[in-house]
Amino acid sequence: MALLDISDLHLSMRSFEGETPILKGIDLTVERGQIWGLVGETGSGKSLTGLTISRLLPSTTAHYTGGQVLFDGKDVLRASDRDMRALRGGRIGMIFQDPTTNLNPSFRIGTQMVDAALHAARDKPEILGLTGRESRRARRRTAWQASVALLESFGLHDAEDRMPRFPHEFSGGMRQRVLIAMAMIGQPDLLIADEPTTALDVSVQSQILRLIHRLVEERNIGVMFITHNLGVVAQLCSHVAVMYRGRIVERGPVSKVLKAPEHIYTRALMGAIPTARARMDTLRGIDGPLRDRIEAEIAATAKEVTA
Amino acid sequence: MLWYVIRRLLLIIPTLLGLTVIVFAIARLLPGDPVGLAAGPNATPEVIASVAAEFGLDKPIPVQYWNYLTGLLQGDWGVSLFSRRPVIDDLAEFVPATLELVIAALLIAVIVGIPLGLLAAIRRDGIFDYLTRTVSLGAIAMPRFFLGLLLQLAFAMALNWLPLSGRFPLIEFPPDRITGFYTVDAILIGDWHALGLALQHLALPALALSLSPLATILRMMRASTIEVLQQDYILTERALGIPPWIILFKYTLRNAVSATLTVIGLYVSWLLGGTVLVETIFDWPGIGLYSTQAILGQDFMPVIGVTLVIAMIYLVTSVIVDILQAVLNPKVRLQ
Repeated sequence: MALLDISDLHLSMRSFEGETPILKGIDLTVERGQIWGLVGETGSGKSLTGLTISRLLPSTTAHYTGGQVLFDGKDVLRASDRDMRALRGGRIGMIFQDPTTNLNPSFRIGTQMVDAALHAARDKPEILGLTGRESRRARRRTAWQASVALLESFGLHDAEDRMPRFPHEFSGGMRQRVLIAMAMIGQPDLLIADEPTTALDVSVQSQILRLIHRLVEERNIGVMFITHNLGVVAQLCSHVAVMYRGRIVERGPVSKVLKAPEHIYTRALMGAIPTARARMDTLRGIDGPLRDRIEAEIAATAKEVTA
Repeated sequence: MLWYVIRRLLLIIPTLLGLTVIVFAIARLLPGDPVGLAAGPNATPEVIASVAAEFGLDKPIPVQYWNYLTGLLQGDWGVSLFSRRPVIDDLAEFVPATLELVIAALLIAVIVGIPLGLLAAIRRDGIFDYLTRTVSLGAIAMPRFFLGLLLQLAFAMALNWLPLSGRFPLIEFPPDRITGFYTVDAILIGDWHALGLALQHLALPALALSLSPLATILRMMRASTIEVLQQDYILTERALGIPPWIILFKYTLRNAVSATLTVIGLYVSWLLGGTVLVETIFDWPGIGLYSTQAILGQDFMPVIGVTLVIAMIYLVTSVIVDILQAVLNPKVRLQ
């Protein structure tokens, strides 16, 4: 059984103007040990696909009109809120783009980390080695020690001294390490990373990428890595799925898709990457006639499928 | 942290000093003839001169100010032209009454406003949210004296549950003076009968005074909770599987209250200035009633005294708010 199996996922968002279809039939399968890069332009539905797996979209606006999202054989779109909370943190870890806004500014790093650890341990007591009979203080102390050990292993030195500090006392790269540690302390099977390196400088970015790569090798987890950066995909991912306007237009192993892209949109996306020698007038975007050709090709393939 | 508190407290001194200059100048340079009013309509020039000499008002204004300032530091806040009582004695009697009223009103506003605001925010656009939004708009708009009259009509006249006015029944003795707050004094000496009476008298004026700040705190709390709930870190906390009640009462509450706290601090001065009407309607013997009489009689020593006391309370409150802010918000601590 696949770790994550999304099939024919349709999502509409409600607003004052009515319902707008956002995802129009997503199919994607993630196995353990795979790192899937989900690429595409802004608004193509990458992040919403990621949030759907943890069902974090507000039920008042997000309306699932079809398909299913099977995590370990269980459909998350039909799971109870309680079951979803157990999945989040415990089995599905998530990290987000901006480490400066994703930590609560009013609480110590240690407090936030210990809470994350204790809630993951509620359904998986083995991750902290708890038997469930310990006192509240003993549990918090165990969670604290486990957090320190994890932070140290993620390259945050003097973690013991840093735990009582507040987020604003940390650099961006340190905060992202803390956020990855918070996502990983529950030892999840799937990590969803929504542009985790976009807000970081290049050297910190490569450290974070190496850390994610190491997690896959050590723990055999599956990763969904959402990004616009095809360079990062080439470095890190084993597979890639290219999204365009709520559909996946091309997918496959990175070596195949990036070397010999079949879909016109993938080729256009790769053509839009500037080279070091590019001048302003030679920068290529995706607009005008090119976009018309992409639309025409997608319409043609859609007709083929239905025929 | 301790150094920060000391520095903030020391900064109060020059502020107050500057305030004495301004208030003294305004009170003395305003047109009018307080000495003539105090001496009476039929006073001869000799009598007026002797009254002026008695209060030191025949000297140049800078000398008067210097005498006032040195007296202030020795606990002599001047003498009322009319009652001939030392201002400090009057203040000792009236300030606790007003403070008791203001603190009671603020407690009601905070204890009711914060949970209701939180509830309105999590049930956003629900029936409760619409209801509180409409009612609170009315509460902010309604004049306090009108609300006071309505409360008197309902609870004192029609239902006869609570006393109409006053701070304590005229036929009974208030609890022995320790702090000047009847409720606190009654608790300190363990006189539960007196405590009940004091609370009965406190209820209506405190309620009338509390409604506007209550509504403002509620709306502020609703707005800041909604804003905090949309922050990235709340999404991260949800993605970590942390239960909604912990996200709300631990991680959201502190951030939301920190924004509301500033409003609460500002309301202290608003309430101190706003007690005048409520005190008049409920015949509450506080600084509102006292200063009204003083202003009408051009009795400037009490006016200056009351202004200074209100300023002092306001300055101390703002220091307390800043300290609480630093406790809630670690970023403030650094600055």
